[in-house]
Amino acid sequence: MQTTLENHPLPHLFWRRWHWLLWVVVVAGVYSWAIGGLHFTGIQESAGSVSRSILKGLLHPDWAYVYNGSGEDLSSLILQTLAIAFLGTFVSALISVPFAFWAARTDQHWAHLRSGSGKVVLTLIRTFPEIVLAIMFIKAVGPGSYAGVLAVSIHSIGMLGKLFSESLENMDRGAEEAIRSAGGNRSEILTLATLPTIFPEFISYTLYRFEIAVRSASILGMVGAGGIGTPLIFAIQTRSWSRVGIILLGIIVMVLAIDSLSERLRKKLI
Amino acid sequence: MTESTPALPQRPWRQRYHVAAIGWTLLLAVLLVLSSLMTGANFGTFLSNIDQFLALLVQMSHPAWSYLHVILQPLYETIQMAVLGTTIGAVLAVPFALLAASNLVGNRLLRGLIRFFLDLVRTLPDLLLAAIFVAIFGIGSTAGVITLAIFSFGMVSKLFYEVIETIDMGPLEALKSVGATKVTIIWYAVLPQILNQFVSYFLYTLEINVRASTVLGYLGAGGIGVYLQRSLGEFNYSATAVIILATLVVVLVIDGISNHLRRVLL
Repeated sequence: MQTTLENHPLPHLFWRRWHWLLWVVVVAGVYSWAIGGLHFTGIQESAGSVSRSILKGLLHPDWAYVYNGSGEDLSSLILQTLAIAFLGTFVSALISVPFAFWAARTDQHWAHLRSGSGKVVLTLIRTFPEIVLAIMFIKAVGPGSYAGVLAVSIHSIGMLGKLFSESLENMDRGAEEAIRSAGGNRSEILTLATLPTIFPEFISYTLYRFEIAVRSASILGMVGAGGIGTPLIFAIQTRSWSRVGIILLGIIVMVLAIDSLSERLRKKLI
Repeated sequence: MTESTPALPQRPWRQRYHVAAIGWTLLLAVLLVLSSLMTGANFGTFLSNIDQFLALLVQMSHPAWSYLHVILQPLYETIQMAVLGTTIGAVLAVPFALLAASNLVGNRLLRGLIRFFLDLVRTLPDLLLAAIFVAIFGIGSTAGVITLAIFSFGMVSKLFYEVIETIDMGPLEALKSVGATKVTIIWYAVLPQILNQFVSYFLYTLEINVRASTVLGYLGAGGIGVYLQRSLGEFNYSATAVIILATLVVVLVIDGISNHLRRVLL
């Protein structure tokens, strides 16, 4: 039978031609809701002068702060920030491995209890904002960089566990089958096939997560969890903009250096 | 005539003694010791104060659901901030992405400068931007929207120019050969090829921004974070738990919508 326009359902054509209009209405609705709902407080009068002073501070940074031997200067606090990020990422990478095996879905059953529960736990960990974790750990161990380390290491489990479990799901199973067919037991399969296959990818994700941890370690200090964030928030509150300028420069240089180092290492790995 | 047997291939001493592996392990060990000294990390301190931490967790496990009606309005505000901030950032990112794409801009210096600028913007964490914009614009959602705009600008522009670099150059050459201007080429040859992926990345950034916007208020930049800070300041952890759970629901809903739309688009 020949298909003609007559026996084709017309509403379908109509829908095809005009459904973009529906999207326009939806998008317009979302934006009018978004703009209408926010009451813009208006820009305070000092905005212009404050931004001018910030710019001036950025152009004339307080160079004396870079190193003054007190242990509270920029270079030692940058080092402390890096130490928080490093220790936090290292601990979380170790803890993430069992979580990854828990959450990885290795067969195609539609409802997988073990993997499903692991994924829910990882999502729950991810939703806890890092600064809330930092404040909770400050309760436990007092203000300082140790609380920052704990916050970074717990928060990172959420993301590293997810990435690790996804790479376990997608890994090449050839080596595992080879060991199994040669009569290897489970622990031999794990140590001789699974872990060596997955190791470079785990390291690569850990490095990537370290880049993120450096950024978060530099702001955790704003709530009192150590690192460069503490003097930064003080400098902003006391409006000493040349101090803000030098700290911003320090953070920018630190992040750029770590990013390029980690990128180079990751390229070598894969 | 003696034929010497070929020597067995020898592993170089660097491989035989696992120099690289031992070196990396030593380096990691040294860095670990140094950083735990520097941060004063001590598992004993954590264990000796674990009862306080557990008490806090117990309080959190009894969410005060009556607090929910207080935080509904700020939750909406958070989503609104994320939508506006992401949009402003994405719109600003388009011209920068076009200028940073290596297949559209031949001038290496200009491209390098633009990319360096984008790299600089991406180094700044969201909360740090929020602290600065609260100082400039005052407490409220204006600072939050601008923070999210700058934050998503840095992220989206990189995603966008990487997409632009993968497009098919055929339509561009066709238009160029009939004498079209740059603007015409971009409008008729570049944009149609990348529009779907742009929208997809826009939605992905929106997901991230919804997560980010929930804490911006902690520094006074509007949204649910204001209440997060208030409840933590008052040691009202059962209210904190409600805020975190409500945020989780919002994030999951937005993620679900955005994932569905992205699957339809691509």
